[in-house]
Amino acid sequence: MTKVSMTVNGKAVSRETEGRTLLVQFLRDGMGLTGTHVGCDTSQCGACVVHVDGVPVKSCTVFAADVAGGHVTTIEGMANADGTMGRLQQAFQDCHGLQCGFCTPGMVMSAAALLAVNPTPTEAEIRAGLEGNICRCTGYHNIVRAVMQASGQASAAVAAE
Amino acid sequence: MPKDGGIGASTKRREDVRFLTGKGRYTDDINIRGQAYAHFVRSDMAHGILNSIDTAAAEAMPGVIKVFTAADLAGVGGIPTGWQVTDRHGKPMQEPKHPVLAEGKVRHVGDPIAVVVAETLDQARDAAEMLDIDITELPAVVDMRAALAEGAPKVHDDLTSNLCYDWGFVEENKAAVDAAFASAAHVVSLDLVNNRLVANPMEPRVAVGDFEDHSGNSTLYTTSQNPHVIRLLMGAFVLGIPESKLRVVAPDVGGGFGSKIYHYAEEAFVTFAAKQLKRPVKWTSTRSEAFMSDAHGRDHVTKIELALDADHNFTALRTDTYANMGAYLSTFAPCIPTWLHGTLMAGNYKTPLIYVNVKAVFTNTVPVDAYRGAGRPEATFQLERLVDKAARQLGVSPVELRRKNFIKPDQFPYQTPVAVVYDTGNYDATMDKLLELSDHAGFAARRAESAARGKWRGFGVASYIEACGIAPSNLVGQLGARAGLYESATVRVNATGSITIFTGSHSHGQGHETTFAQVVSEMIGIDAGQVEIVHGDTSNTPMGMGTYGSRSLAVGGSAMVKALNKVINKAKKIAGHLLEASDEDIVLKDGKFTVAGTDKSVDWSGVTLAAYVPHNYPLDSLEPGLEETAFYDPSNFTYPAGAYGCEVEVDPETGKVTVLAFTAADDFGNVVNPMIVEGQVHGGLAQGIGQALLENCAYDAEGQLLSASFMDYAMPRADDLPMFKVDHSCVTPCTHNPLGVKGCGEAGAIGSPPALVNAVIDAIHGAGRTDVTHINMPLTPARVWSALN
Repeated sequence: MTKVSMTVNGKAVSRETEGRTLLVQFLRDGMGLTGTHVGCDTSQCGACVVHVDGVPVKSCTVFAADVAGGHVTTIEGMANADGTMGRLQQAFQDCHGLQCGFCTPGMVMSAAALLAVNPTPTEAEIRAGLEGNICRCTGYHNIVRAVMQASGQASAAVAAE
Repeated sequence: MPKDGGIGASTKRREDVRFLTGKGRYTDDINIRGQAYAHFVRSDMAHGILNSIDTAAAEAMPGVIKVFTAADLAGVGGIPTGWQVTDRHGKPMQEPKHPVLAEGKVRHVGDPIAVVVAETLDQARDAAEMLDIDITELPAVVDMRAALAEGAPKVHDDLTSNLCYDWGFVEENKAAVDAAFASAAHVVSLDLVNNRLVANPMEPRVAVGDFEDHSGNSTLYTTSQNPHVIRLLMGAFVLGIPESKLRVVAPDVGGGFGSKIYHYAEEAFVTFAAKQLKRPVKWTSTRSEAFMSDAHGRDHVTKIELALDADHNFTALRTDTYANMGAYLSTFAPCIPTWLHGTLMAGNYKTPLIYVNVKAVFTNTVPVDAYRGAGRPEATFQLERLVDKAARQLGVSPVELRRKNFIKPDQFPYQTPVAVVYDTGNYDATMDKLLELSDHAGFAARRAESAARGKWRGFGVASYIEACGIAPSNLVGQLGARAGLYESATVRVNATGSITIFTGSHSHGQGHETTFAQVVSEMIGIDAGQVEIVHGDTSNTPMGMGTYGSRSLAVGGSAMVKALNKVINKAKKIAGHLLEASDEDIVLKDGKFTVAGTDKSVDWSGVTLAAYVPHNYPLDSLEPGLEETAFYDPSNFTYPAGAYGCEVEVDPETGKVTVLAFTAADDFGNVVNPMIVEGQVHGGLAQGIGQALLENCAYDAEGQLLSASFMDYAMPRADDLPMFKVDHSCVTPCTHNPLGVKGCGEAGAIGSPPALVNAVIDAIHGAGRTDVTHINMPLTPARVWSALN
């Protein structure tokens, strides 16, 4: 066990941690931040995506110790300062971009990372940008619309409605 | 103008806020003080004799509490089957025992052999490495026809063969069907495979068992679509716990698609172990475990034949299907290829004579059960592929051949030759809508444009009908169901006028918390924000059969409406007393009770308060309080139907198929929340396109599962799919439930596979390659290229 320290959603945390503890276990089991989900064991589904120093990371695939000293943002850290949902979260609700909600935290984190580097993506760029996140419920149609809306683009920009 | 509330409004989902802020409470988010962790050790062989299990070394490992094998499960029954099919000779199906942990033999890769329970999950996994399991491998049966061959290895030694049943439907029609084929002007036949799929909801299954020593009560938290069904099956048949001592909770559930209907061994184990160990026990499936322990779907091999007269009227249909059951019978497995498949073989057509034969077969594979659509996608795929092939063989338009044989609007209610009676529909209307929305008129120009780029463009259509809103209990009882298929609801009106609805339906993505509240809001005339929907906990909801088969609103919603009407009737009596008028003269509108033709009125909350503070109240004739329960048992299935169109481009150099456009025109009857309905169709389309293009659960000849992760099983991703055009404006309301609703959850997955394959065949024929008449799903580049070369 070694002490691992990092900043999660703006708060400094420090925990005794086994070397094999994954970041997602550190967040879910250690900190009780259960918004980050585990949907597979091969780094394919993206339900566990969080941001480490602003970069999207599949938290099931990195050791907590490897993130020591880093700044981690999870879905619990995406709301506005007043507690209301952020623009991207709101767009997911407005556009019905989620159903069962299980892939949603990872999907939101990946979409946020996409918009950070490409503020007005095309439909094709959104689809390519979310290729690492699997959703079984929505068929992605309304997720694409949500990301369009969050980027300030009219949904008419989407090819077929 | 769109409404901003009530029935017909695209109300935003209230459940989204918790899901979008990380506050959802899924089963894996539940941790109980003192909980131990279970790790299942599973067979890596498809078939073998389980000689011995030495647990000593594992039990000596750090943190291990106990290692369980079948020998430790004394008094625990097998996993039951909820449906008994009678074969074409009047005999019951063969029904093998399905032990919670393997007894004597292992029968598929993933069959659970032992469970290590330890203080931590890592300790349980580490200790599992120390188990010494001695298995003598036996030859496996994977191919269904081979499994039925003389001398084939038997999956279950105590059964006479690997044949579960040989079902004929309608058996009495067989001779007439054969005669119609003998005299037909045209006969078209097709051999096809409906590929094995894995449902793969994004949340893997989880089960947490808990036991209260002071009360003797057991609680199971589980990822289920129907907690009451699990309580009944597990309590009565597996563990012998009465319902009064057993609580089953299915909290937020991350998708199901059928795979979370069934009662699974892991649920029984954690409940049993928690009681034995006097500690909570938790099991969380990995995705790899899910691939080898969640029930799979589809897996039919079919020969289908259509007889037509000289005018191209369908005169008879005949099918011969092998349906894979896997190694054991999952909860509803026997019913899927029979009563949810054979009864739909009329499709949208007037075919007067139909005979369906289904041989259900045991193999050394994971059990197969319902997956989104369940039997109806299999029926629709073969029928709509065959009709398309017939049109091409006869040189007529696939659309016109369908129209010629459609049941027409004035023929409803329509008695099909396969038992069911369609209450209402308009199949030409949805076909018209499809052709309009998909710009069928402009297809020729688009095809030419593709051809100029060296690509082959195709357009395929499919009609579908499904039977939803399952089901009339007395009917399914005659057909072999061991359960009723009603739904129940309790409406608890609180003193200040807010309403709590307790429903037996379960939401795992469908948005019931929003839509059910919309219905209440519409009926009472109060704000939906005053309505709370409670589901998923057997301790506070009335008996429920759960959510599957697109039944929640049609059956569960109807139970709620029935209970609401009881509430309204009583509330009118109270209002009549308060207003000194006859309750027959009381009108409820916009949350206010008025004496008809007067300005005398009392608010909803005035009546509800009187019900709970009955100072001025007719106590001699009316009980205080305002709470009612209703059970609704449907009198018929509902029959959503529609027409789907797919436009593809095939790259003849590589065989790659690209879906350019997909259009769905559905008749779901009345719609409560259009936004949610469209979302359901989008998701169904993605799963159907996934089946047709990408997904395949593959075994090798030895029964090894080749597709046991998302690395090997191709799930549809965002860049595999187009934007969809969906429409539900063609409405023929259901005639026999109070909301006139039909159900929309499965349609997308039912209608889309044949439309896509028809489009690919159309593209290939359009390029002159009429020798290619069928390609089995999934239409991967390799399969398409091989068909062309």
